Amino acid sequence: MSATLPTTAPRTLPGSSRNALRAPSWWRGRSAVIGIPYLWLLLFFLAPFLIVMKISVSEMETVRFKDVLTYVDGALQLTLKLGNYLYILNDELYFATYLASMKYAAVTTLLCLAIGYPFAYFMARAPKALQPALLMAVMLPFWTSFLLRVYAWKGLLGENGWVANLLEGAGVDHLLLAFGLIAAEGKFMNTPFSLVLGMTYTYLPFMILPLYANLSKMDLRLLEAAQDLGATPAVAFWKVTVPLSKAGIIAGSMLVFIPCIGEFVIPELLGGPQTLMIGRVLWDEFFSNNDWPMASSVAVVMILLIIVPLALFNRYQAQAQERR
Amino acid sequence: MSRPRHTFFGPAFARQFSRGWLAAGFAFLYLPIVALVIYSFNDSPLPSVWAGFTLKWYAALARDREMLSGLWLSLQIAFFTACGSVVLGTLAAFALVKYTRFPGRTLFGGMISAPLVMPEVIVGLSLLLFLVSVQRALGFPERGMLTIWLGHLLLGMAYATVVVQARLRDLNPQLEEAAMDLGARPHQVFALVTLPMIAQSLVSAWLLTFTISLDDVVLSAFLSGPGATTMPLVIFSRARLGMNPSVNAMATVVIAVVAIGVLAASWLIARAERQRALALAQAARGG
Repeated sequence: MSATLPTTAPRTLPGSSRNALRAPSWWRGRSAVIGIPYLWLLLFFLAPFLIVMKISVSEMETVRFKDVLTYVDGALQLTLKLGNYLYILNDELYFATYLASMKYAAVTTLLCLAIGYPFAYFMARAPKALQPALLMAVMLPFWTSFLLRVYAWKGLLGENGWVANLLEGAGVDHLLLAFGLIAAEGKFMNTPFSLVLGMTYTYLPFMILPLYANLSKMDLRLLEAAQDLGATPAVAFWKVTVPLSKAGIIAGSMLVFIPCIGEFVIPELLGGPQTLMIGRVLWDEFFSNNDWPMASSVAVVMILLIIVPLALFNRYQAQAQERR
Repeated sequence: MSRPRHTFFGPAFARQFSRGWLAAGFAFLYLPIVALVIYSFNDSPLPSVWAGFTLKWYAALARDREMLSGLWLSLQIAFFTACGSVVLGTLAAFALVKYTRFPGRTLFGGMISAPLVMPEVIVGLSLLLFLVSVQRALGFPERGMLTIWLGHLLLGMAYATVVVQARLRDLNPQLEEAAMDLGARPHQVFALVTLPMIAQSLVSAWLLTFTISLDDVVLSAFLSGPGATTMPLVIFSRARLGMNPSVNAMATVVIAVVAIGVLAASWLIARAERQRALALAQAARGG
């Protein structure tokens, strides 16, 4: 089977004279190097998606969670498929949940960008000798358990928690209440506020790291040139720095936005009844209702939601690699 | 050298502002970690009320069979995940860096980077349904350690590929070509030239995938079977109910181990780097 993937002989490939030179001896190595991870991904990444699609359109009217996998081919399939997906589309709860997930993910992405862009910018302009230490300091929390750090916010935002007291002392809770982000004065936990705070906290390093990688490579002489040509620093920043860091902004935003849509752990620990998110709905369909076809349909619709951002992310990832 | 002019306001104000922003950002990132450590030494089970220093939660943790057996299982899975991820990730990174054109390369690149961002509930659900289908057809694998490992491997491989790929792309291909010109066989080139040069990225990929596996909740929840409860699943089921002193103690242990491990590894890497730079400089001077 592996022979089907790299069948083209390397010597005939354009633009790889080095490979052409070593073609005979590298031939076997090449097919293994590409074939093993490729097959592995096809088997454990792509095939499972196809199965999810299959199950999402399979029967669910008889024994729901036993006979799911023995679905019958034929005309029946289409009607059931429509039934399963129409249910999601028509049910207000599902629709509202998808919208809410997108909304929370978008707000989180904007917040991460607002905090992370200046952060990455100042990091990239810090003294060169200091930068490796700063980078290490951003990555270190990322190495410690994400679950435990999210869990810690339960204590910080809970009754008399440190951050809760601080926010209450500063009167921020009135403001949040006015926007409907918390349920009552001084109650920060299990609200949209705690959910977005937790997601922003968790995904901030994912925003900072690509932005820093991008901004630290920028040629500062371009800014000097802009200013020599009469641009004020603000204009130079807006017209030179920001456009040049576009790839970093997109990579960081996608790294935050896409996983946030399907996030489960943070809504479960920090969210509340108000904050339905699609990851939790999928979880409940699967673990509480044991409705595998429904969970699969929810997953397929979620994939459709993220497929455009995902394609965008992959394109920029590939471009960034090519440029190197 | 001319004074840098790429600042918004006066240079003094800009410096203060940027320092303040960085400090606030780091405070935000580290606050929960510091809080967990402090909570774990608090005599009161309520996190916000300080009732004096105690080690009793650590004593309780030492008797916590559920947590400890979860930890042991998690460590085993994390070890095998890290090893498998580094092997698969290195192969994938080689495929992507060394071979710029092969049939289906776009699909390959997409499948490699998708698990980095794909919501874990989707990956977990689809892998589980796949494995259940396989089990119905072939009679294995039973849900448990093996299936959790497969799921973690998918995630770890993606991260390992990114880490190794970044290093491979920075390598100077002339070194490998020189070795080939001098008559080295491909496997010799790999073992004697390429491998030593990417060794530290393999170490960081191993450590990173180890910690990712040790931390994973969602994939483990989908893929675990009866009796296979990993440490994050134990922590998660308790954390759902509220703050839990034994979780705080466990958290402090994890944080301490990770911090020491990462700092030691980066110190070793930095030292190796310095020595290599020194050796290169000497070689260049010696001619």
